[in-house]
Amino acid sequence: MINLWLRNIGRFIFLVLLQVLILDNIQISGFINPYMYVLFILLMPFQTPKWLVLIVGFILGLTMDLFHHTPGMHTSATVFMAFLRPGVLQMIAPRDGYEPNTFPRVFYFGLQWFTQYTVILVFAHHFILFFMEAFSFSGFFLTMGRIILSSIFSILLVILSQYFIFRK
Amino acid sequence: MRNLIRFLLRYNVAIVFIVLEFVAIFLLVQYNQYQKATVVGIFQNITGFYHSKVFSLTEYLNLRETNEKLAKENTRLKNDLELIYRGDEIFFFRKEDTTYRQQYYMTSAKVINNSTNKQNNFITLNKGSEHGIEPEMGVVSSDGVVGVVYGVSKRFSTVISLLNTNFRISAKIKKNNYFGSLAWDGKNYGLAVLNEIPFHVEISEGDTIITSGYSTIFPEGTLIGVIDDFHIEGGNFYKITVNLSTDFKQLTYVNVIRNLTRMEQMDLEKSAAND
Repeated sequence: MINLWLRNIGRFIFLVLLQVLILDNIQISGFINPYMYVLFILLMPFQTPKWLVLIVGFILGLTMDLFHHTPGMHTSATVFMAFLRPGVLQMIAPRDGYEPNTFPRVFYFGLQWFTQYTVILVFAHHFILFFMEAFSFSGFFLTMGRIILSSIFSILLVILSQYFIFRK
Repeated sequence: MRNLIRFLLRYNVAIVFIVLEFVAIFLLVQYNQYQKATVVGIFQNITGFYHSKVFSLTEYLNLRETNEKLAKENTRLKNDLELIYRGDEIFFFRKEDTTYRQQYYMTSAKVINNSTNKQNNFITLNKGSEHGIEPEMGVVSSDGVVGVVYGVSKRFSTVISLLNTNFRISAKIKKNNYFGSLAWDGKNYGLAVLNEIPFHVEISEGDTIITSGYSTIFPEGTLIGVIDDFHIEGGNFYKITVNLSTDFKQLTYVNVIRNLTRMEQMDLEKSAAND
């Protein structure tokens, strides 16, 4: 149990540092900005209480905002994503449910399940994030373009991480 | 209380979500300059819309007062104009005393009774001798001549309307100064007839008809109307139909004109006639 907590805290720090130190410095044409840190919410254990997911999402977003000097922008997106997570998990659950001692990974449920799971939540996160940044619907299609391109890169990174970093 | 707790437990996730999202958005609009400016802009739009609506409503409710105020102001401005222009007198002597230069003095009044459908129409005004109104003062509206004061009581006065078959006014054609006598023929409240213009005078439809200034009642150049139609009748004179510029059906505020030099002029003319 304590092991699980420590691993999650370690992953939290690792993802935040990865995002802030490396990914934020990769800005492809100034238009696409992958946000891989949301992987932390994706990888939280199934048994995590819903309210705890929300609190963790809040803290994660606030931490990102701290580094980006944008109070509230990432927070609103991560909280929204954390709110959606239980529903999405229920929606795409395998026929016999989630077995104990399994985690939301490609390793346990396969690439197709994980891709569905990632696409929905990452897109939701990016949607809120970019619209909070633009804060208007006047450039709707421009914002949608940014959302879709950045989502593609974030989703690719998240799925690739399943094969290289977070295998189990 | 128990129900409240049950409610909170049941919807705890939604409540936590709403609270956290609310905090996030609060942070967003409080500490990000761009988002803050946008929200402030939206609120300003809403309050601006609200205030403009309220303003236009109160403006409408105050319309009566505003009209009255404007009528007063017009009167004052017309007085100032009279103060400045006194026709040809400037050529003969120059005196800085303003009472010498002013010939006409106007005061505004409100029409409280009016008719247009009789042969001899009269208008009642809400001002009388108490306000300095006397018989034989000219009455004009902002559009043109209305009539002449006929009877005066303490607080009211009656005006012979231009739409009165007994009423005559000395009028002239603006472009060539030929003058004649204008009267109403008792038919259409928008039309009057100008007689005594010789047939050799060139006139056309749309020419402006103004007061001649020969009557000591109206200042020269007050608008009466424009020529609507004309034809030669009985040999030497035109019968000119004039489209009156004043709409007698909607007369509300008028100006009563006092000619400050009327008595002097009339005395002189009387003594000349007696000689």
